[in-house]
Amino acid sequence: MSWAYITTVLIMTGINLLAVIGLSVLTGFTGLFSFGHAGFMAIGAYTSAILTVWLGVPYYLALLIAGLAAGLISLVIGRLTLKLKGDYFIIATLGFGESIRLLFNWFDPIGGSRGFRIPSEIHYTSLSDVIIINLIALILIANLINSRHGRNFKAIREEEMASQVIGINIFRYKMLSFFISAVLVGIAGGMLAHLTHFLIPRNFDMTKSTFLTIMVILGGLGSLSGSVIGTVVLTFIPEFLRNFNEWRYVIFGFLVVLVMVLRPKGLMGGYEISDLLRWVKRRLVRRRGEKNESA
Amino acid sequence: MSLLELRDVTKQFGGLVAVGDVSLTVEQGSIHGLIGPNGAGKTTLFNLITGIYGLSGGTILFEREPIDGLAPFRIAQKGITRTFQNIRLFKDLSVYDNVLTACHMNTKYSVVEALFRLPARNQGEKKLKQETEILLDIMNLTDRRDVSAGNLPYGFQRRLEIARAVALKPTLLLLDEPAAGMNPDETFELLEMIKQVKREFGLTVLIIEHHMDLIMNLCDRIMVLNFGRVLAEGSPIEIQNDPAVVQAYLGEGGNHDARY
Repeated sequence: MSWAYITTVLIMTGINLLAVIGLSVLTGFTGLFSFGHAGFMAIGAYTSAILTVWLGVPYYLALLIAGLAAGLISLVIGRLTLKLKGDYFIIATLGFGESIRLLFNWFDPIGGSRGFRIPSEIHYTSLSDVIIINLIALILIANLINSRHGRNFKAIREEEMASQVIGINIFRYKMLSFFISAVLVGIAGGMLAHLTHFLIPRNFDMTKSTFLTIMVILGGLGSLSGSVIGTVVLTFIPEFLRNFNEWRYVIFGFLVVLVMVLRPKGLMGGYEISDLLRWVKRRLVRRRGEKNESA
Repeated sequence: MSLLELRDVTKQFGGLVAVGDVSLTVEQGSIHGLIGPNGAGKTTLFNLITGIYGLSGGTILFEREPIDGLAPFRIAQKGITRTFQNIRLFKDLSVYDNVLTACHMNTKYSVVEALFRLPARNQGEKKLKQETEILLDIMNLTDRRDVSAGNLPYGFQRRLEIARAVALKPTLLLLDEPAAGMNPDETFELLEMIKQVKREFGLTVLIIEHHMDLIMNLCDRIMVLNFGRVLAEGSPIEIQNDPAVVQAYLGEGGNHDARY
């Protein structure tokens, strides 16, 4: 394995991670499942590519605008669909994701189904870009989750009716959650565009959406650390299995099933790494206490 | 002064009149009981007051302003909150987080202040945490603060639901069968707790209950519903001696020493 190859895998992991952090807010913390977030990724990817290629906008600014564009669309889609109950909302997101892909397929000025190439003189997403953006996103989202707003997300996930009678505007908070997830997934799309330098709508299909959701679930709903672990595991496994060629997706699927059977609540089961450290510390203190007593 | 006023409140589900022409005045600072046989429309009335159902007719005034037609969260923000007959806690969250979540309106910091941990957020969170700890103390839940709400014993779940409701600092608290499934000791303990919470927070309480001991002991006034209509309204003594109530509740020839 060459260093360039490893770097690319790491960058890919980082891009997935940013998308999964976004989706974790929606799915893990607010309890809304989406099978259409590849659509927001496509919007972010194409917006950023158009900005850097046609208008010469700097990379980071283009990413920011790409995220906001995805967020803006999410507000429109959210207003139409977030009043729907659970299952119907999932179907609506699925429809949205597929329509976005088809729209980009038909739209010729940006290459349609033949794809859109970003010239090589334009910035390539680097490992440091990925690390910086992910760190910022992780800190901001962790801050949000540990606030009254983050707790309201969790309340809605747990019990909608009870959330309403304690004064939570559930529609507004679902919109907020949907918006945040779309912005982060949109930025991830922009980073992806500038990693591959070639965009085709086919890459943003339902499989992509499903893959993102699987990473959130496998890591453990309602745990940011879980999302990080889920993403790293699920991005790396297919790479390690490259020697098995066609069989690698069979093995991959089998491993996912195995994890869900053994740990139905995901790898982290709703706990954060900080909870785990606290638990270990308490165990150590207790054991020391017992030793002192017996002595 | 009347805090809550229902005027000819009606709710129909298709052809069924669940609540018909109910008028009720709840005085500020009182404990008002709501009793009646199963299916009399008591919980429906709670759902109407808290905005979960829309009215078919009549109007509801809270602090002299109409509140019918408002979304449930707006009604909660105006100061009316409730517990549920079939407990609805945030099951996977800890006892502490259940109460902390419900305190959310007692501070006003924005999403941006939360994202960047600005001073307003830190001060707000500190205030909420203090309030939560005080409330857990009053409700005798401090020992179990880190337990998931879903794993609490039944009686504690009821108590936590009341704590969560009180965390909003409401003016009017609606309790839907808070003593359901409790033994006499637990019921007595709950009675004392309701009295204490009412005193400490200056609440007005509207309570649905089937334990007649508790209702007669606790309430200043009682309304009896039967088939969605008001059967009687008055003080506990008046209700106990009302022939229509005795007949509806205990059947023909019942005597009012019998317990429901």
